[in-house]
Amino acid sequence: MAIELKEVSYVYGAGTPMEVRALDHVSLTIPDGQFIGLIGHTGSGKSTLIQHLNGLIKATEGDILYNGRSIYEEGFSMKELRSKVGLVFQYPEHQLFETDVFADVCFGPKNLGLDKEEIRARAREALDIVGMDPSYDEASPFELSGGQKRRVAIAGVLAMKPEVLILDEPTAGLDPKGRDEILDQVALLHREQKITVVLVSHSMEDVAKYVDRIIVMNHGQAVFDGVPKEVFKQYKELEKIGLAAPQVTYIVHRLRERGFPISDDITTVEEARRAILEGIRNKR
Amino acid sequence: MIRDITIGQYYQTDSVLHRLDPRTKLMGTLVFIVSMFLADTWIGYALSAVYLAAVIRLSHVPVSFIVRGLKAVMILLLISVSFNLFLTNGEHEIVSFWIFHITWEGIQQALFMALRLIFLIMGSSLMTLTTTPNQLTDGLETGLGWMKKIHVPIHEISMMMSIALRFIPILVDETDKIMKAQMARGADFESGNLIERAKSLVPILVPLFISSFRRATDLAMAMEARCYHGGENRTRMKPLRYESRDRLAYLVMAIYLAAMIALRSVL
Amino acid sequence: MGIIKAIKLTYDYIKRDEEGNPAGAKRAVDHVDIDIESGEFVAVLGHNGSGKSTLAKHMNALLLPTEGTIFIENKDTSDEDNLWDVRRTAGMVFQNPDNQIIGTVVEEDVGFGPENIGVPTEEIWRRVEESLEAVGMTAYRYHSPNKLSGGQKQRVAIAGVMAMRPKCIVLDEPTAMLDPNGRKEVLRTVRELNRREHITVVLITHYMEEVIEADRVFVMDDGRIVMEGTPEEVFGRTEEMKSYRLDVPQVTELSWELKQDGLPLSDGILTIDKFVDEIMALYEG
Repeated sequence: MAIELKEVSYVYGAGTPMEVRALDHVSLTIPDGQFIGLIGHTGSGKSTLIQHLNGLIKATEGDILYNGRSIYEEGFSMKELRSKVGLVFQYPEHQLFETDVFADVCFGPKNLGLDKEEIRARAREALDIVGMDPSYDEASPFELSGGQKRRVAIAGVLAMKPEVLILDEPTAGLDPKGRDEILDQVALLHREQKITVVLVSHSMEDVAKYVDRIIVMNHGQAVFDGVPKEVFKQYKELEKIGLAAPQVTYIVHRLRERGFPISDDITTVEEARRAILEGIRNKR
Repeated sequence: MIRDITIGQYYQTDSVLHRLDPRTKLMGTLVFIVSMFLADTWIGYALSAVYLAAVIRLSHVPVSFIVRGLKAVMILLLISVSFNLFLTNGEHEIVSFWIFHITWEGIQQALFMALRLIFLIMGSSLMTLTTTPNQLTDGLETGLGWMKKIHVPIHEISMMMSIALRFIPILVDETDKIMKAQMARGADFESGNLIERAKSLVPILVPLFISSFRRATDLAMAMEARCYHGGENRTRMKPLRYESRDRLAYLVMAIYLAAMIALRSVL
Repeated sequence: MGIIKAIKLTYDYIKRDEEGNPAGAKRAVDHVDIDIESGEFVAVLGHNGSGKSTLAKHMNALLLPTEGTIFIENKDTSDEDNLWDVRRTAGMVFQNPDNQIIGTVVEEDVGFGPENIGVPTEEIWRRVEESLEAVGMTAYRYHSPNKLSGGQKQRVAIAGVMAMRPKCIVLDEPTAMLDPNGRKEVLRTVRELNRREHITVVLITHYMEEVIEADRVFVMDDGRIVMEGTPEEVFGRTEEMKSYRLDVPQVTELSWELKQDGLPLSDGILTIDKFVDEIMALYEG
């Protein structure tokens, strides 16, 4: 079961001089349980793409299948789709509105028409997942720190128990530690609950550690799609579209050019460390 | 849908109209509004239509862009048209049922009303489409400068207006984003009765209010950091000065207004 | 004395209860001493909530110290008579590009500062032109700021400050809301202003890659300055940096870890060139 995009195009302001083709015949499959990094610079179409996945934007052309069924089919419930495909927007803390943290997280499940017990149970569970203990339940969301607000907002989507979780730049504006905390929690969620994750980011370095697959968007098209090490090998092409591979990729390539025996499959600092140590020890 | 509102937006291009002094344009808008209330015959409306069409042409703003602004007031337009259509009494009755009468006079009245509203909106949106909010406020501040003497804080008022105008597109985008974010959490803004719908706006209005407040605080600080301290001792990058084109514009306005008055009293 | 000098600068945020009475205080800046020379490029690193933004706001007299003093070009910011001089000497650029642009046309926004300080009209035009040129935004002078990218908006904001002819620019996390291209754009602009126009730059950030070219780095934690030195010196203490919730570039981290494994590498390697050279020397030698 999966999300499948078939030749999806989206055009803003069709027929005006300001016509923009935000998505250009995108076809791809998001299978269950994958952890995907969706990379591209601002305006590459990545934000438009993810809003198609839960039906917030309707494709101008093409079709999207959720578990084999077209989401544009008559009688398909968008509300149900949105509960199955959870979307966390950029700066999600800007959507908080309730008087306390717990009530805000209840908003999603309440909209699904669940009974009171279930709503409370889900809210508690979601807050636990993001590491907000019950002592914060009655706090006003507006009195929390930036990182905490962000986590509460993510819990608000998790409480709907989505099968697919899409996060648009979940670490924007956070400091390095805050960034790692959020990404580690998402990775844990992916591992333990086996949910599909699509992580939208500008930064290859951030996603390299976590994802199984990277999709690179440019001018509304998916220009690269593969496992991180394969995508990073195209670092020269990535640069042409305003992106860069993680710094460690460049280190590895420079070492190889100078004749140091090291594989170009390396994508993380830890892998590089082991390979360099091995290279030097073997020589000695 | 919410992006269709063009009232209060500026259309970036270069035209005679863009270069006119904002005071001239303010006066022009006023003259046009007055003229619309003078028109009561087909010839009068035809003259206004020609005048408006000529000004739109001079402005280099695409007609489609101006027309789009009408969408936002469609409902208001429909209501006033139907009032006139059904509730005007007259001699030449066509259909009649219960308290509703459709008469030739009613149809004419309704059409006039529709034209008047459409012209008014197009005419006044031309003003904002061709004048940057800063020029507009400069125009108000200079044009109404005499009000300072009677302790009307005209500088502060115009500064507030200009900031409001600058933030309208930003807040429109923001509303769109918050709406989508709440929809992603299963919110429904389209079904239910009036009370339920009003309640469903809370998750949009609260975040919007908070964000506006945050923006206001940020902006106040940024203005202070750039030495803003009210209108005193302030100089102008673009001081207002009437050019010959403004004098010409005043002349055209005067002729137009005279013609409209003449039409009303002669016919 | 440098252009910015803080002596035991301390600032408490006062929390108020519902009636507006003081109910406790939170110390945001705690006895900070800094001395920044004219023409220097200084970076202040720190995690969110470390006090770095509060410190920055003192440099423009947007906040006044609870204790201690801060001098901008020998002028005490607490003295009300110095207010406008201080703000003209040290301009400020903020984090959110949308919330600091006042004008609806780029050139009008750049002219806002000079208008406020009573610069004559012809002089305003000259300054606007020069400032837009300096940040490379001349081509956009008639555009609406809303249509610009984040990086371009920040460059407009910088031009708006430059038009007031400051000696120093304080940038409070100017890149936190930008994408990588926008970040590079802003940084390049700031560096050029520093080199070409000799503007003193104080860059507040939590992105480590932005401080590599700074002359001097301050690291803040819990309202205090906890580390100070050249980027090499500061990043060389990788473990300490991490304890303050900060990152180091991958190349620095990799060389630090290899050093822990016993490879004789130098401290605080910041560039790929240097790293590769040292590894190759070990490998070949």
